[in-house]
Amino acid sequence: MTWHRLLGMALRSLIRNRLRAALTTLGVVIGVGAVIVMVAIGEGAQRVIEQQIENLGTNLIVVTPGSTTVGGARQGAGSASRLTTEDAEFLQRETQLLAHVSPVIATFSQIVGGDGNWRAPISGVDVDYFEIRDWEIAEGRAFDASDLQGKRKVAILGSTVASQLFGDDSDPVGASVRIRNVPFEVIGVLAEKGQTADGGDQDDVVLAPYTTVQTRLSGRQFVAQILGSAYSAEEVGEAQEEVALLLRESRQLGSWEEDDFTVRNQTQIAEAAAGTTETMTVLLASIAGISLVVGGIGIMNIMLVSVTERTREIGLRMALGARGSDVLSQFLIESLVLSAAGGLLGLLLGAGSAFVLSLSTGWAVSLSVSTILVAMGFAAVVGVVFGFYPARRAASLDPIAALRFS
Amino acid sequence: MDTPVVQTNALTRTYIMGRNRVDALRGVDLCVRRGEMVSIMGASGSGKSTLMNLLGCLDRPSTGAYNLDGVEVANLSKNELAEVRSRKIGFVFQGFHLLPRTSALENVELPLLYRRDSLTTPPREAAKAALQRVGLGDRMDHDPSELSGGQQQRVAIARALVTSPALLLADEPTGNLDSRTSVEIMALFQELHAAGLTVILVTHEPEIARYTERIVELRDGLIVRDVPVEDPARATHDLKEAAHATQDPNNPTHATRDLDHPPSLVLAAGGES
Ligand SMILES: Nc1ncnc2c1ncn2[C@@H]1O[C@H](COP(=O)(O)OP(=O)(O)O)[C@@H](O)[C@H]1O
Ligand SMILES: [Mg+2]
Repeated sequence: MTWHRLLGMALRSLIRNRLRAALTTLGVVIGVGAVIVMVAIGEGAQRVIEQQIENLGTNLIVVTPGSTTVGGARQGAGSASRLTTEDAEFLQRETQLLAHVSPVIATFSQIVGGDGNWRAPISGVDVDYFEIRDWEIAEGRAFDASDLQGKRKVAILGSTVASQLFGDDSDPVGASVRIRNVPFEVIGVLAEKGQTADGGDQDDVVLAPYTTVQTRLSGRQFVAQILGSAYSAEEVGEAQEEVALLLRESRQLGSWEEDDFTVRNQTQIAEAAAGTTETMTVLLASIAGISLVVGGIGIMNIMLVSVTERTREIGLRMALGARGSDVLSQFLIESLVLSAAGGLLGLLLGAGSAFVLSLSTGWAVSLSVSTILVAMGFAAVVGVVFGFYPARRAASLDPIAALRFS
Repeated sequence: MDTPVVQTNALTRTYIMGRNRVDALRGVDLCVRRGEMVSIMGASGSGKSTLMNLLGCLDRPSTGAYNLDGVEVANLSKNELAEVRSRKIGFVFQGFHLLPRTSALENVELPLLYRRDSLTTPPREAAKAALQRVGLGDRMDHDPSELSGGQQQRVAIARALVTSPALLLADEPTGNLDSRTSVEIMALFQELHAAGLTVILVTHEPEIARYTERIVELRDGLIVRDVPVEDPARATHDLKEAAHATQDPNNPTHATRDLDHPPSLVLAAGGES
């Protein structure tokens, strides 16, 4: 029997049992739909991270407190391993291979100004910060050395903060804002940068000289990270080594002691971030995959019922000249059609849900051709694997007994 | 004449179920020539169905030889038997065995879809011709549920004919039909037989057997009688007579063929004894 005949036959017998067929495919529809949505979200997040990291600035080097993970456990996150402004200043003085260095002191505060009141992260940074992050000033000016030395109460607003406090079109440069009741003069507004991978808003930030933040706002010596940039991409590796050596010196680590800080470049950050989302994607997709397998078991169940119900039909077909292989393909194609139809509907459902989700939550979603192919392929495999046993049972029936079956 | 359609030699079939052995057939020699119309009779349990299954290549004999239309089939594999069934056998069953919710045309087409050799006529055309031959040219698109018992059996006969088989096997083909319809079906078998088809049918009703040319009687797995029917009854003739007897004087054009449930119909019973 030719395959299009078999397909026609399968479709006809499924149409004869419309409701049952529809309910059977539901499991696969949900399974494939779930896989598609999960992977779309995961890949979307990954794409954003990749873009983001490209946006971080070229030749970037990031120093964070605490040593790299050893044997899976993060080592020494205690107070002893905190980075300080002295470390940053030591690097600035001694480095040969870094073009720019800036500490980042992070705090969080209510900001009052214009007609508004807004809570935002405050970053205390050095003049080099803008070069390192490759971040332009949209209006006004960046910090200069005298701002830092004079610990001047000047601030540069991220675009989100600017519009929250002063409205969308107004120019806040020259205005005054109060951060923890300390008045700051707004000297600039940052160009828009967009979202981070986890949906955070990069433009929801206020920058101030780190010296000011340290004395006026946080009162602490500790810095969240030290950012630096090498002169060229080729020198990033060497620069990292130099940074590590200088920091060991600055922090007076003995030769037996491990680094209590971590120096990473852009690629390593990208890998770490991508690794996390990749793990997430795989995890989500496997949970979704389980529902697909459950859908497959549903197909197997219904196909077994169908084989029993149609025992006499099978006997008849054999009496009319059908071979075991003809019967096998008939039932296999039926379950394949069920799972493929379920896969297609699931694809539509999944793509639709991902789209709606991205509209309603603002999450980035991304649906690649390979995801679609893998999900559909998986659905087909489910159809064949779970359809095989019932089909085998049908094919191995004895025609005489099958014809007599009632 | 040419080779027989059926030639069996000491055919046996023993069913083994655990410790129990049932010798359903104990050495059957049967020869059916091309164009014959034979009844197989016998009490329940005498081995009729077992013999039919062997003749129809649904089963293999325990011992013995069976030559079907020039082919030795006793030792063929399952797939080879399927091929032989597809080419040489047409089955008609007591319970019609039509696919539900499937048109008459598609039901009749079915055996052609399992043919592995190339067909001279497209399945659809061959199925139409077969349905016309059994008088259902106007019911091709009907589902079995929309047809009377007699019409369903006609569809089944068309399905058996569509492959132009060497042998038509019918196991109690009239067992589910009323007597009037049974005669109509026998008329159809006689018509096909007259056109040259070889027909073997199993029945336990002598009234049905007398429409055939020869009666083979089984008892305990052996042929105990094999006699020609002297002057076989002619079904069309009986139908006319019956129609005449029950004709409504107010409706002289009363159709005979589509009457499946006539109010009272007495058939001459027991043709030969
Ligand atoms: N599949 C089977 N397994 C075991 N015994 C069987 C089987 N089919 C038939 N028999 C036995 O073989 C004998 C002949 O049965 P069967 O050919 O069906 O007779 P009939 O059709 O004349 O009634 C009976 O005794 C029956 O019980
Ligand atoms: Mg029987």
